[in-house]
Amino acid sequence: MSALQTVKFYQTGTFTVGNRLLAPEDRSVQANMQRTNSLNSGHRACQGCGEALGARYAIDAAMNATNRQLIAANATGCLEVFSTPYPETSWQIPWIHSLFGNTAAVATGIAAAIKVKKQKGQGQDVRVVAQGGDGGTTDIGFGCLSGMFERNDDVLYICYDNGGYMNTGVQRSSATPSAARTATTMPLGPEPGNPFGQGKFVPAIAMAHEIPYVATATVADLRDLENKVTKAMGMRGARYIHILVPCPLGWGTASQDTIRMARLAKETGVFPVFEAEYGELTSALAIRRPLPVEDYLKPQKRFAHLFGKNPAVETIARIQAQADKNIRRYGLLAKETV
Amino acid sequence: MLKQCEGSHAVAEAVALCRPEVICAYPISPQTHIVEGIGEMVKSGELKDCEFINVESEFAAMSVAIGSSATGARTYTATASQGLLYMVEAVYNASGLGLPIVMTVANRAIGAPINIWNDHSDSLSQRDCGWIQLFAETNQEALDLHIQAFKLAEELSLPVMVCMDGFILTHAYERVDMPTQEQVDAFLPPYEPRQVLDVNDPVSIGAMVGPEAFMEVRYLAHAKQMQALDLIPQLAQEFKAVFGRDSGGLIRSYRAEDAETIVIAMGSVLGTIKDTVDEMREAGHKIGVLGITSFRPFPLVEVAAALKNCKRFVVLEKSLAVGIGGIVATNVRMAVTGMGLKGFTVVAGLGGRAITMKSLTGLFEKAGRDELEPVTFLDLDWNVVNKQLEREKQVRRSGPAAEAMLRDVGAVAARNY
Repeated sequence: MSALQTVKFYQTGTFTVGNRLLAPEDRSVQANMQRTNSLNSGHRACQGCGEALGARYAIDAAMNATNRQLIAANATGCLEVFSTPYPETSWQIPWIHSLFGNTAAVATGIAAAIKVKKQKGQGQDVRVVAQGGDGGTTDIGFGCLSGMFERNDDVLYICYDNGGYMNTGVQRSSATPSAARTATTMPLGPEPGNPFGQGKFVPAIAMAHEIPYVATATVADLRDLENKVTKAMGMRGARYIHILVPCPLGWGTASQDTIRMARLAKETGVFPVFEAEYGELTSALAIRRPLPVEDYLKPQKRFAHLFGKNPAVETIARIQAQADKNIRRYGLLAKETV
Repeated sequence: MLKQCEGSHAVAEAVALCRPEVICAYPISPQTHIVEGIGEMVKSGELKDCEFINVESEFAAMSVAIGSSATGARTYTATASQGLLYMVEAVYNASGLGLPIVMTVANRAIGAPINIWNDHSDSLSQRDCGWIQLFAETNQEALDLHIQAFKLAEELSLPVMVCMDGFILTHAYERVDMPTQEQVDAFLPPYEPRQVLDVNDPVSIGAMVGPEAFMEVRYLAHAKQMQALDLIPQLAQEFKAVFGRDSGGLIRSYRAEDAETIVIAMGSVLGTIKDTVDEMREAGHKIGVLGITSFRPFPLVEVAAALKNCKRFVVLEKSLAVGIGGIVATNVRMAVTGMGLKGFTVVAGLGGRAITMKSLTGLFEKAGRDELEPVTFLDLDWNVVNKQLEREKQVRRSGPAAEAMLRDVGAVAARNY
């Protein structure tokens, strides 16, 4: 199964046919049901989708950590839409999608049911993961998320942050970075793009709930991501992992640049990668070679209005200041690492 | 066992006897005493193997219920009024996913203006949400309906709302016959879900369904409610066999055999109506009553059969379909299509306005003479309404209507500007 195989694409009418609907000899390696992949191939994510990559690694790690004793609740959004178009599903674990804004609460319910069944001697020790995009987590799902944190329910919540409502056509969320162009923050007027001074960084808010574990990660460092998920699954109570997942469509980047963009976000300090336990910072992934934010911004069409003939020097400086603040706050320079 | 207790407490005990496994609670009047009662039982250890979760909103309450029910746990919650509206998205989702959650709705008005008192606006706003809706007439029936609701929900894999009048039932102390655990166990088997999140047999629940199958899925929801039309009376029979009393069913008639006028209503107001009808019968009026227990599914055939010998019907409802009139009345009219009956809609008791025997007697006598308007607002203070209409005609910036009218009636705390 490890032998390389040519990637196959199948198209019938307007519907992409999942690999698993094909005869076994026509399927790709990824479609093998024996593989441990939580998220099988044949799903309909865009090429270079950071969320698909992040979700596969995160849930694979959670499956391995729990010996496949895992149930997932999923918010409405790209991940839900591309993984479960009726009558297909890419999920190998029991999986439920209820609504956009209630995923953390649904996961609480699953965990409660498991706890009772176990008490009654009717069930195994099954663990629960909830997952959603930044819209479903930091905006519409935030009430339920905070409730789940505050009750310290036994759920790992994973947010795949691509900085906007990509599923509905790239609108601004509370995780959209300053100055970024989205369909609802166009590069027009005196302050083009997403306004400064808005938005929220949910990992810090999660820390304020003093829950057992909070971590951030990117798809540029998949081992780090796996380790964090594995660590989280070794703990009980409310846990939160916030993963930066570049979106080629929404960011206006090339499909093959997803991992490069995630690495640049980390190396410039734009996205701090760290861990915290019970509200206190415990570690941070050091920036190996500090880079100016321009290196991260320039390849992205959503920041194109900052460059060109008359670069928005001041705006770029403000973004640099945000990155510098991250570097100070989370100790991201190697020698400053906690 | 006979006991004197508050309606909420009776329901709390009945729910506990159903061996619920997950209960989520968010406070809203007048439902609070129910979940308080159950919470106490869980905390003290009296109710074992049950998770009681204090959630942060009604939306979360229904969402937790969705998660636990999908994982195979018998799940219960309770709400009212604004709370029901706040959870609406999840209410539709629970029925769409076919999850047999049981929820009490302690019926209460919906604002603005904010009002905590009883009417049926809350649950009737959810008439198309896919849940079964049963209305209790008394505390005993509220208690009994909960026991039936779990069985009904789990047999059909559909959620059930048990609606009981806020304050009028929830806060009233009445004698109830509390069943024993053995009786409830004999009636209600453990929950066996049709589909469950199980690591040994993984399924994906809640997939995206496009035009190719969406209508079929919706039709199946309708078909299930049609099955409930058979199952509800059957469960009432089974219930009688175990508990020895009539409770539930689709509809219930009272002194209607030779009635020329039949009054149709839901919930606790049926008690006042029956007393009024008793008096009017003594005075020689041929009047009877039809109580509707199952509002969803709506028993069209049974209602038509119950009305086939009368001359006219009066639907007295604690709800208002603004812009048309009645909600229950519209459903009843659907049932009597082509029967050539005279029908009157009476909107009464909104926001806790008392429905008195005196008013009802006058109303029913007028109906008997066919002198009622098609839509009547019982005991509406026309003086206040007309004053306000006049005010709005005179002054564009006439201010908030509710406050102005409170001032007109001289209510406490209303200030004269």
